[in-house]
Amino acid sequence: MKKDFSIVGKSVPRNDGKAKATGTATYTDDIKLPGMLHGKILRSPFPHARILNIDTSRAASLPGVKCVITGEDTPKIKYGNWRLFPDTQDEYPLAIDKVRFIGDEVAAVAAVDADTAEEALELIKVDYEELPGIFDIDSAIKEGAPVLHDYCPGNISVNRKIHYGDIEKAFAESDYVREDVFNVHAVSPAYLEPCAAVAQCDLDGRITLWTSTQVPYIVQCLLASTMGMRENDVRVIKPFVGGGFGGKMELRTWEFCAAFIAKKTGRPVKFTMTREEEFLAGRRRHAMKLYSKVGFKKDGTLTGKDLRIYLDGGGYNAMGPTATFLCGTFGAMLYRYPNYRFWGQHVYTNKPPASAMRGFGAPQSLFATESQMNIAAEELGIDPIELRIKNAQVTGDEIPDVATISSCGFIEALQKAAEMSGWKEKRYSPKPGQGIGIGCYSFISGGVFNWFNTQFPFSAAEVRVFDDGTAHLLTMAADIGQGCDTVLKQILAEELGLKMEDIRITSADTSTTPQADLGAWGSRLTMMNGNAVLDAAKKIKAQLFGAVSARQNLNVIHELGCKDGMVFPKSRPDRGIPFGEAVAMAQKANRGEPLVERGYYTPRDKGLVTPAFSFGAQISEVEVDKDTGVVRVKKFWTAHDCGTVINQMAVEGQLEGSIQMGLGYALSEQFVMEDGKTLNTNFLDYKMPNAMDVPPSEVAHIETYEPEGPMGAKEAGEGLAIPTAPAIADAVHHATGYRCKDLPITPEKILAGKKD
Amino acid sequence: MKQIIELNVNGESYTVAVNPWQTLNEVLREEINLTGVKLGCGSGDCGACTVMVDGRAVSSCLSLAVEMVGKEIMTVEGMAPSGEELHPIQESFVKKGAIQCGFCTPGMELTALNLLNNNPSPTYNEIREALAGNLCRCTGYKKIIEAVGAAGQKMKEASERKTS
Repeated sequence: MKKDFSIVGKSVPRNDGKAKATGTATYTDDIKLPGMLHGKILRSPFPHARILNIDTSRAASLPGVKCVITGEDTPKIKYGNWRLFPDTQDEYPLAIDKVRFIGDEVAAVAAVDADTAEEALELIKVDYEELPGIFDIDSAIKEGAPVLHDYCPGNISVNRKIHYGDIEKAFAESDYVREDVFNVHAVSPAYLEPCAAVAQCDLDGRITLWTSTQVPYIVQCLLASTMGMRENDVRVIKPFVGGGFGGKMELRTWEFCAAFIAKKTGRPVKFTMTREEEFLAGRRRHAMKLYSKVGFKKDGTLTGKDLRIYLDGGGYNAMGPTATFLCGTFGAMLYRYPNYRFWGQHVYTNKPPASAMRGFGAPQSLFATESQMNIAAEELGIDPIELRIKNAQVTGDEIPDVATISSCGFIEALQKAAEMSGWKEKRYSPKPGQGIGIGCYSFISGGVFNWFNTQFPFSAAEVRVFDDGTAHLLTMAADIGQGCDTVLKQILAEELGLKMEDIRITSADTSTTPQADLGAWGSRLTMMNGNAVLDAAKKIKAQLFGAVSARQNLNVIHELGCKDGMVFPKSRPDRGIPFGEAVAMAQKANRGEPLVERGYYTPRDKGLVTPAFSFGAQISEVEVDKDTGVVRVKKFWTAHDCGTVINQMAVEGQLEGSIQMGLGYALSEQFVMEDGKTLNTNFLDYKMPNAMDVPPSEVAHIETYEPEGPMGAKEAGEGLAIPTAPAIADAVHHATGYRCKDLPITPEKILAGKKD
Repeated sequence: MKQIIELNVNGESYTVAVNPWQTLNEVLREEINLTGVKLGCGSGDCGACTVMVDGRAVSSCLSLAVEMVGKEIMTVEGMAPSGEELHPIQESFVKKGAIQCGFCTPGMELTALNLLNNNPSPTYNEIREALAGNLCRCTGYKKIIEAVGAAGQKMKEASERKTS
């Protein structure tokens, strides 16, 4: 299946590298428009309170203040990404009647400069009636607990169940059954660019919004609905975005406020969040409590799994419903569970809403899976890698109600990781204070679910070709740093036989790029937009081939190809015609009509979750200081299967970046909370790994070919956020005897739990 | 009360009216429109706002603009000798895949320049140490460290060519 590629598979430098290297890349906060106002948001100081009254008069009369709004001024329309289930849409752009977490948005001010807007916030008087708050899952689901949302008396907003086989029977027939409770904590996506939005309203009342988002189309739709406008009257443009990792995939308050105030005042408005706001009130990865029970036969064959998960959702659903759903899906991945039962519940608490973050439920769910595999291996007396290979999913496996795995290099990844790391020797002849451990992952290549209820295809691409031998690719795919602009250009260049510099790209502008695209999340873009680009390119090629075929009077049985800037009959490569000339011929044949084609991709009949899964294994080696309990990771070895690698350097970059994030998740990053208040709201106290903390790593790409993916490609980079924490936890156990079931792995826990 | 001050940035002189509490970051971005200078945290923790002042890398979010009078300030926009060419550090960042979202890039590059000016042949560990005050959430630092090493090599070769 593997083809000989010219551009795909190479380490092609980023499309936007020069712009970013020279500081000319324009991010949202870099935009300045004539007469622009600066906005600030007033946030709730209480975790749970009723709003009795808001007096904005003093703020409004401060010189320089042009507009003050509260929830009462807005159309009071709730929003949320699950449009198909309006019950789940539980958030207003500005609080109505009640606040549900410290940092909940209460009012917004726009003034001639940011200092004045900030000063005005102090002058807004809000009378609150404090209500009892709930700050953990157990208190939230207790009988008689305070209720956050009237529609949801038990504080459980989403229930998701999966059941196949007969789990009770499976456990009864097992030789070994293991039951554990795991607690995983919330962490911040901590993208370097704080969220920002700039809105402008034209004289016809139409809005243009530049915003730091992963989902321009979703923002367009939800902004329109919350403003009471038509979708086509809202244009969303994604400038350069400084990372997202899931934290920028919903409509957010400042986007609404910028648009609403721009419309009200007739002046452009900019809102930019501070880092403190990002940490205090920003989206975060769900903390979860996971009850997991697995059964095995004596020989290590898995008999089944029963997984019960509570997600600590914070004050609103945000992307919690999707995370709840996906936790259950991921719980059934990696290994063959003939019997499986899952029950996930999304719980409201008076904390900042948790949402999507790299891995989207998988880092949590698979931390439990992987830790339990390691525990079981030890108790069954089987090597953890052998136990995994014995139960590993393989190509062609069906997961009931979920999908058929169409490509899978999991076993090869396990073998390769073991070989690279010297697993056998290090695991069975360890040095004192050192340990080696393993964690694995599987991830989706975009979701097939449509809870957003889009009426458009899942992805679209428009390709225009010109007689000067160039092409223009238009796509709504959002490059937020991961590099999809470059990858999509590579796919198009490969298919049309052009060079990277022959292709111009316009992306992520809802008024000019083709409808639609659900955004950059769930590792969608290579698979979904790559396929849309290929579809458009194939239609272009059909036109070119027709024109060349007619010109050369070719027998209809001849196949044609595009390569090195030429269009040629494959049987007579010497009779090629330059690409631009072929375009001119096709255009002439169509009496001058420009050669433009659109391509689409919507996964159909691909089960309930995703068209393709990635797989991989990671091994980490650690050294634990016996006196201080401090963990130093010495090295990582990763073997992963992302199908065809489209861009070698980009995939490596994803992998290396995921190690930084996984390392922080395992060892150092956490929110320090007190009664719903986040205490560590800066990078000094929120310990994100720096260049000194990240250890060396080695990587092997396991070559598979994903039949559903563009040129055989599938997900790369998001799934890799998963294995690091369980691999480190296993290595720490190997070094110290302490088995962490309660992330993060801190020196205090190690010292308390180690076995000498 | 605003003060009129003169700032020397990237070899050009700018006369600006600033409040005494305004940071160099704010003045560079808002008054002089050098938006290549980023603001990631505002508290000197992330390094995204790094600029060179009299040849030393500093956090522009922690520096007051009024204290910068008479000093030579360089931002990412002033790194390359001309608009067309890239500075070897910038070129190396592009080629080695050291850039993803790009938000930390200007600060990283200037911190790298600071390092290479003082230590033309840093070891891998010396580069890691020098970059430890600049946070990146995308790359895991590996390609950045490699890019700085490669740029150092290139700059050294170029300066040796010049002197020989």
